[in-house]
Amino acid sequence: MTVSAGYPFSGPTYRDGNALAGPLSEIFAVDVTAAVSRCAHCTRTGPLGGLHVYDRGPGRVARCPGCGEVMMRMVRGRGEVWLDMSGTAALAIPVDDR
Amino acid sequence: MARAAIQGRLGDRLRWRTAEVEDRRTESGTATTLVLSVPDWPGHLAGQHVDVRLTAEDGYSTQRSYSIASVPDGEHLELTVQRIEDGEVSPYLVDTLLVGGLVEIRGPVGGWFVWQPEQAEPVLLVAGGSGIVPLMSMIRTRSSIGSRVPFRLLYSVRDPADRLYADELRKGSPGLDMTYVYTRVTPDGWPRPAGRVEPDDLARHGWPPDFEPTCYVCGPTGFVEKAAAYLVLLGHSPDRVRTERFG
Repeated sequence: MTVSAGYPFSGPTYRDGNALAGPLSEIFAVDVTAAVSRCAHCTRTGPLGGLHVYDRGPGRVARCPGCGEVMMRMVRGRGEVWLDMSGTAALAIPVDDR
Repeated sequence: MARAAIQGRLGDRLRWRTAEVEDRRTESGTATTLVLSVPDWPGHLAGQHVDVRLTAEDGYSTQRSYSIASVPDGEHLELTVQRIEDGEVSPYLVDTLLVGGLVEIRGPVGGWFVWQPEQAEPVLLVAGGSGIVPLMSMIRTRSSIGSRVPFRLLYSVRDPADRLYADELRKGSPGLDMTYVYTRVTPDGWPRPAGRVEPDDLARHGWPPDFEPTCYVCGPTGFVEKAAAYLVLLGHSPDRVRTERFG
């Protein structure tokens, strides 16, 4: 997965929630990109993998694709990760029942 | 095997592993496939990616995500990396890292942009540039298990020289239909003039919405944005359009 330099499209600078899979694996023992998340602002639900992620800055910000409000912030510091999920009302995480 | 990869993560956080470059293949003027050998690789699902971490001698470290191109195959995986001229990681991976070299990888990750063999619905793959990489893993996985699920691929590239996996795609696979959309230069006699993907391309080479296909769109953000919006305009449910933007 790389940026295709010079591709004749320009647009917003976000990526999909898929891009959080690696960083979140430092915290969660399950893959949460397939989890359904509910936006605390507009109550929209959808897969975390579908959020709009802005990760060019020092931290990562995930916004609701519906209302654009911040659902999650993640900042990696020295020896700790700050995860602010105040914009996420709930996560429904698929687990194996067997 | 692949399913176990996800389940196996329950209670087991991902860690960085050292991968050794076993082979390299040139895919185009700017893209190279790295064949990696990874001890204890847990397997992966088609469409997943890995994080690659490089650490300099002074301790400076940086990481990038790369989609997996290959089918789940024991302790091997393949990444196809496109060189970005002013990139920090890709020129090293494409030009400097030779067979026998080591990199750190973490993965597989991503459980949303995946195709699983138990999915029975038709599939539309829409690739922009190197966005073909995770979709190729889906095509290869489908072939390797002898799946008869119908796949269609719409692959947008600037010109014929930018095509990745051209020989393999030319050979094709039963039940896989594909077409190229050239945005700058077409081969001689190509029926469609050069230009960006339009709704008509997706209507012509995709599936009717009432077939309820799952659509996977991967490429640069602007490309994905437009292609996904067109699919929804054509009547596909947003829930059935999965995207992977490179940013």
